[in-house]
Amino acid sequence: MRTPLIIRFYRALGPKGAAALAVFALLTLVLVPLLHLAVPKDSFFHVSDYTITLGGKIMCYAIVAVAMDLIWGYAGILSLGHGVFFALGGYAFGMYLMRQIGRDGSYQSDLPDFMVFLDWKALPWYWSGSDSFLWAVILVLVVPALLAFLFGYFAFRSRIKGVYFSIITQAMTFAAMLFFFRNETGFGGNNGFTDFKRILGYSITSPEMRVTLFALSALMLMATLALGRYLVTSRFGRVLAAVRDAESRVMFIGYNPLWYKLAIWTLSAMLCAVAGALYVPQVGIINPGEMSPANSIEIAIWVAVGGRATLIGAVIGAVIVNLAKSFFTVAFPEYWLFFLGFLFIAVTLWLPDGVVGLWKRLRRSASAEIPPSPPLSKGGDK
Amino acid sequence: MRLRDFLVPPVFGIAPPGLVLPPPELKAKLEEKEKSREGVSTGMAHLVKPGEVDLSHGVILYLEDISVSFDGFKALNSLSLAIDAGELRCIIGPNGAGKTTMMDVITGKTRPDSGSAFFGQTMNLKRMSEAEIAHSGIGRKFQKPTIFEQHSVFENLELAMKTDKRVRRSLFAELDDTTRDRIAETLRLIRLDTEAARPAGLLSHGQKQWLEIGMLLMQEPKLLLLDEPVAGMTDEETERTAELFKSLAGKHSLVVVEHDMAFIKQLGGKVTVLHEGSVIAEGGLETVQNDPRVIEVYLGR
Amino acid sequence: MKTHYIALLIVLATLLAAPAQAALDAKAVAQLAAEDSDERIAAIWTLAEGGQPAEAMSVLQALADGSLKDAKGEDITINNRIRGELAAALASLRLFDADRGVRLAAARELQAGADARLVGVLEKAIAKEADAEIRRLLALSHAQASLQSDDPQRRLAAVQALASSDSPNTKSLLLGVLAKNGDAWAEPDAEVRRAAAAALKGVESRLGTAENIGRVFSGLSLGSILLLAALGLAITYGVMGVINMAHGEFLMIGAYATFAVQGLFRSYAPDFLDAYVLAAIPVAFIITALVGMVLERMVIRHLYGRPLETLLATWGISLMLIQAARTLFGSQNVEVANPSWMSGGVEVFAGAMLPWNRIAIVAFSVGVLALMWAILNLTRLGLFVRAVTQNRPMAGCVGVPTGRVDTLAFGIGAGIAGLGGVALSQIGNVGPDMGQGYIVDSFMVVVLGGVGQLAGAVWAALGLGVFTKFLEGWTGAVIAKIVVLVFIIVFIQKRPQGLFALKGRVVD
Repeated sequence: MRTPLIIRFYRALGPKGAAALAVFALLTLVLVPLLHLAVPKDSFFHVSDYTITLGGKIMCYAIVAVAMDLIWGYAGILSLGHGVFFALGGYAFGMYLMRQIGRDGSYQSDLPDFMVFLDWKALPWYWSGSDSFLWAVILVLVVPALLAFLFGYFAFRSRIKGVYFSIITQAMTFAAMLFFFRNETGFGGNNGFTDFKRILGYSITSPEMRVTLFALSALMLMATLALGRYLVTSRFGRVLAAVRDAESRVMFIGYNPLWYKLAIWTLSAMLCAVAGALYVPQVGIINPGEMSPANSIEIAIWVAVGGRATLIGAVIGAVIVNLAKSFFTVAFPEYWLFFLGFLFIAVTLWLPDGVVGLWKRLRRSASAEIPPSPPLSKGGDK
Repeated sequence: MRLRDFLVPPVFGIAPPGLVLPPPELKAKLEEKEKSREGVSTGMAHLVKPGEVDLSHGVILYLEDISVSFDGFKALNSLSLAIDAGELRCIIGPNGAGKTTMMDVITGKTRPDSGSAFFGQTMNLKRMSEAEIAHSGIGRKFQKPTIFEQHSVFENLELAMKTDKRVRRSLFAELDDTTRDRIAETLRLIRLDTEAARPAGLLSHGQKQWLEIGMLLMQEPKLLLLDEPVAGMTDEETERTAELFKSLAGKHSLVVVEHDMAFIKQLGGKVTVLHEGSVIAEGGLETVQNDPRVIEVYLGR
Repeated sequence: MKTHYIALLIVLATLLAAPAQAALDAKAVAQLAAEDSDERIAAIWTLAEGGQPAEAMSVLQALADGSLKDAKGEDITINNRIRGELAAALASLRLFDADRGVRLAAARELQAGADARLVGVLEKAIAKEADAEIRRLLALSHAQASLQSDDPQRRLAAVQALASSDSPNTKSLLLGVLAKNGDAWAEPDAEVRRAAAAALKGVESRLGTAENIGRVFSGLSLGSILLLAALGLAITYGVMGVINMAHGEFLMIGAYATFAVQGLFRSYAPDFLDAYVLAAIPVAFIITALVGMVLERMVIRHLYGRPLETLLATWGISLMLIQAARTLFGSQNVEVANPSWMSGGVEVFAGAMLPWNRIAIVAFSVGVLALMWAILNLTRLGLFVRAVTQNRPMAGCVGVPTGRVDTLAFGIGAGIAGLGGVALSQIGNVGPDMGQGYIVDSFMVVVLGGVGQLAGAVWAALGLGVFTKFLEGWTGAVIAKIVVLVFIIVFIQKRPQGLFALKGRVVD
């Protein structure tokens, strides 16, 4: 007689976590939509289009960050290629968005503009079914998962780990980027997909659609956090952390690390893909640049800034870095790379536990002058 | 371990997996039963459950003619060894004699170049992965204690516990009272019951050794491979370890690799001497110690 | 000079029959101004084949320049058709120039479109020509021209002549012979067709060989660059267990150092400009080695034992270095020119040209490799490096100053990457992002070759280089990249420790 899952989810979150999640839900599902839709534009309380889109975008990034934290923070696998799953999710949903344009493109053709431009006469086979929303959702979930599963299976099976694994994931996303850059691949080459018009027939630029996508991103983020919390507090999560700390020992007590790693790796990829699918209609474009190695490695720094193996830290890190990016690229575009580069170095050198770790340390030293417990945070490097 | 398991007579030639020491009278009864079964070996066809060790000939581990070489260096040189079910065997030998490599071969970490390795009568260790080998009932304690330093002592034992270790199960696994009791019992046995909630990384060296032994016991292995289990222990801890091992023998088979002669003497089992990858002597400690070849190996260099 | 001629020619043209230049066919000169294009073309060729090359050339050149006037003093205008004929006629005239360079250029020019009219001129030119290379070109043009002849025997001879040629357009000529216009063969004579088919086969196989030689060689030179990039990476990974993501940027620094040295030579020692590459070698090495050592001291040292975080920190360094290069040198590629002794190439096989700059790079990396080997095997530092690679704590115990060894090894690794940058600047673009593409490739070399294995790195780099180039030939660069990646993943399945791994008791 088992405890129902819903109760176990609640237990995993803890009362504080559940309360925080409820507040967040109220904020993103009720308050912000109302302030955007119901409050007049000139009012002080109106939430602007820009804010909604930026918020939705950052929440998508936060989902990716949590997915990254699950594999890096808890399983010790540093992926430098998670951008590929994000982008694949975006492309899979982008195909549907392209089809929804219908004949409203610049060439007034049934085919997407870039295909007319390439003088293609019919949709390639892998585009079949792309006009169905359901099929698009299936593709979003299945294609990146399949890639992750196959790649992970071969990599984990041959015990590729540590920096080897990281570099190979980087090579993977690099190869995928080159592949998508080609016009012949059939995904719009350099320019990717853009100029979306509708989802399910509703205009993509309407305030209602904007709010819907925003709320969906928020829901997905909450679901990701709850699922993540459940996983890391389950025995599955403990086995993962054990794999991270002493993989050979895990094998000698009878677990097969391959399947554990593969499970969390594939799940992480799927979460990224869903985030990508939510991201694309909000920013209105997807192109192979999303698969560039630099983008993927940035995800790691979100997690590192927030604090690894905390989940909430990943969210905080994604928010901080992306707000900083929005600020810098407008104010001092030429210094953004200096700042980002410095962030990479500073976090790894002086803030190995990220913002969350710093906060914990400060609170501890404020509450009592108890010497901090011996460092336990060297995990994730083996 | 539930009492019920001890009451089921060992059909099919399988010793019931046991962890917690059964009450002495029951133990004696069981042993008697086992002896009588061995006594009337009929050569009759017997049934073997898949995934279970077949101990019908009373031997739990066969190594035959095993050779392993690393870039021309022969770590094991046609080594042959047989461990009886329930036996406590000590293995000694100078550095580089191949003790650790032998354990690597048994646990699937190193694949031998030639020779055969069987667990019981039927399980070919050369064809099994590390996890499969561990799951089928071979537990190993490493030279350097390897425990999960970031997990609590309790969680270390929980992870090691014999159970369905597939991903699907671990996702929904819950601790029930029986398993809690079992973990508590093991905690008492390894004298860590007061440390259950502490991160294992904070234990002393000796305690880590004990925790690892405890994890081994939670696996309910039929064969325990123990690589220098008392290194870094105090004399008192060593003595207690010896007692624990002696009490485990019979129910489990143990292979202990040690340098500590006093400890081996306390254990009192059969001793095998390895040198340059093969067995050079076998027998009681006294016999072995007087073997001229052994003396030469240890003193002649 | 030019005006002088023009003045003279105007007189010539005006006087028409005046015997000022007795040798030149006056009637033909007059005909140059005819109404009918065909007549004018005939006149052009009459002049060209008239036997007074120098004089004919001045007239025709003037016609081409539009400075020739007719009897009424009006400009003679020419159309495109005539302009083409004029160019061919002028080229055929230049075949008799005293200067070898001019003749060679003319012979090359005629390769493009030799037709039947040129047969006579070419025969004459071949008879006179002493230079073997020019003769070869002329013979080819002659064959090309004779293909259009009406005489099947001549065409057959032409096909046979083409069979021994290695020029790339021979193939299209032969294909032209074998083409069909509807149902009719372009070439009516079956004998000629058979000879052409045989010739085509021979030409194709020779072209294929040449192409393969070219591929192997460009693969080798790519491999040499990879090797230079990977050597440093292999050292730092071997010694410290650290992947330095900024390693590609060391290549970039080396390349920019080369650029800077080139600039200095241009400004202060233009006479020795050709030697700038030699001066750049030590400069690039020292600068990148210094940058490397500073980074090791400031960042990498503090991340010891945390390889994944080192990955991130060094990535941060690489971002900063890229931005620094952009700020200092601009985000556009800068131009690094080959010194004159590196331009051109040597033809090892007909049609297979090995450029000097690539040969120099291969030789250079052999030199660096030898130096590396010497440092690792003959010096005390090398001994220390090898000791630390194999067992750091033990090396520390016996008194190896592991900290200093780390810094020096990192410096050497970075310096060698800097040398790679010098080499790269000679064959590729030099820009702030140039290093980014190399980190993955050179890591693949380390993976393939096995850590701490000089021989492994060499084989892996060269193998990967050649393999990639061949794949690129068949499948295009992108697919080649993907195939190489898949290959490496499969390879690691079989040999996780690399090609030349030391087998041993696995410790983890």
